[in-house]
Amino acid sequence: MKFLRNYLNKVKPNFEEGGKLHAFRSLFDGFETFLFVPDETSKSGVNIHDAIDSKRIMSLVVIALMPALLVGMYNIGLQNAIANGAAATTPFDSFDFSYFVYGLLVMLPKIAVSYIVGLGIEFTVAQWKNEEIHEGFLVSGIIIPMIVPVGCPLWILALATAFAVIFAKEVFGGTGMNIVNVALIARAFIFFAYPSVISGDSVWVATESIFGLGANAVDGYTCATALQHVANDIAPMGAAGAELGVCDMLFGFMPGSIGETSVVAIAIGAAILLLTGVASWKTMLSVFVGGIAMLFVFADKLPEAMPLWHHLLLGGFCFGAVFMATDPVTSARTECGKYIYGFGIGAMTILIRVLNPGYPEGMMLAILLMNVTAPFIDYCVVQSNVKARAKRLTKKN
Amino acid sequence: MGLFSKKNKEALNTPLFKENPVTVQVLGICSALAVTSKLEPAIVMGLSVTIIVAMANVIISLIRNTIPMRIRIIVQLVVVAALVTLVSEVLKAFAYDVSVQLSVYIGLIITNCILMGRLEAFAMQNKPWPSFLDGIGNGLGYAMILVIVAFFREFFGSGALLGIQIIPQSFYDAGYINNGLMLMTPAAFILIACIVWFQRAKDKSLQEK
Repeated sequence: MKFLRNYLNKVKPNFEEGGKLHAFRSLFDGFETFLFVPDETSKSGVNIHDAIDSKRIMSLVVIALMPALLVGMYNIGLQNAIANGAAATTPFDSFDFSYFVYGLLVMLPKIAVSYIVGLGIEFTVAQWKNEEIHEGFLVSGIIIPMIVPVGCPLWILALATAFAVIFAKEVFGGTGMNIVNVALIARAFIFFAYPSVISGDSVWVATESIFGLGANAVDGYTCATALQHVANDIAPMGAAGAELGVCDMLFGFMPGSIGETSVVAIAIGAAILLLTGVASWKTMLSVFVGGIAMLFVFADKLPEAMPLWHHLLLGGFCFGAVFMATDPVTSARTECGKYIYGFGIGAMTILIRVLNPGYPEGMMLAILLMNVTAPFIDYCVVQSNVKARAKRLTKKN
Repeated sequence: MGLFSKKNKEALNTPLFKENPVTVQVLGICSALAVTSKLEPAIVMGLSVTIIVAMANVIISLIRNTIPMRIRIIVQLVVVAALVTLVSEVLKAFAYDVSVQLSVYIGLIITNCILMGRLEAFAMQNKPWPSFLDGIGNGLGYAMILVIVAFFREFFGSGALLGIQIIPQSFYDAGYINNGLMLMTPAAFILIACIVWFQRAKDKSLQEK
């Protein structure tokens, strides 16, 4: 650590006014404050300081995302092997470390593209507007590759990231000012602009071998996600056509967007977020309550291909509830509003899944919709509070 | 006063950029979203609106002193409706395919805010010739934005321009995919917003304080 600090101090003058690398000032600032707590203090007024700042919060969320990402990587390799008949369909019998390496090789370019494009735009804007670099993309950059299918081409990922960062974030004023979730806008962009790479049945399983790892699947290999099967009124199946068990759904050994499949890994992430107090348990809980309530409402209408409660395990339900609904910037901020906001997301997700055959998955659209409604929810909560207090006051007098 | 005196030139020029009906006054957005997924209908729509605004401006300007103030809106509407019907019939006769693509939007030019706006704001107070120039200017300002938006939407949405394939097949073989979002109306919103953004970044006088 000492060595790093000394090195940073040594190169720092190059980036200051008049230095030869001044054009990369924001880049240096960004990395320095990422590695070390900034030594600047406020010069006027009384401020309350806390050991945790937005950079630490972001780092915690990234740590919480790691289990889901690692299982997602392993799952990429596993699905590829299952599709080629190289692995048994009961995943615990066929653990192989090479699956993980294969998944890592598939994921690294995606993560790199997402970060390079997103941070590139952020740094450019910061430099251009002469502002400090914002740390907001740290989380979005890792979430974006996790919520797309494995077959999504890199150039589309880059385009979607650029679109989301510019139009969902920078035009609103940068980190903390966006009204909708940036990562979900990237996904929504792909969903509406290039539907063929994010839906259908040919993008959910990696079909090419990399550096001799994995294997090329047969031409025209197809496999839909569990929810697509359910929408077609058949029981959810895995990559080899075997029916998915509850165990597969819990541990995430099934085709789907990369980070969303494993409920257990997401639960570990949720525990980290809740223990550190980064995410609100109220939002998380009420998403599930909303989903369950809507499942009861539609109990008769749902296809009978699988038990109702599996809806909570499949697709992006858990991932959205834990990592995206709780985004402190775009969710409701009043404590009471969080219940309404979360309930709306859960209920809307099931509503979309059941009533709209065109969208087998509803989490993305539900969260985006509630993001837009969040300020209104807050407004209503605050106003009703004001009214209740005014009433109490007049009663007393 | 010459035909192209400074004032008349202004009537023609300002609506093109500084007072553009779409990007600055934010009028006629509805049709700008609806007909711009392809270039051809956008051009036809732009020309139709230009002709109708110019003609309506001239007619209203000619009779501006005889219109009773109380019923002026009705008179304006009758004139515009007559012109829209004329243009619609001409399109049906000579460019049937385009008129089918434009469907109700030709008829809906009647409700285009640019028309009533120009009649009320300009033609009612000015002589026929400046009114004519003002109509041409506003129509072209509208058409210009439509054509720009339609250019991007057709190019990125269908890989074509005026129905002719521009992006070669080899691109598609290499994995390029047309952007489906461009064919949906939100894309027109985003593109118009980008034009507004660009225009205000260039012209500081348009920025709000």
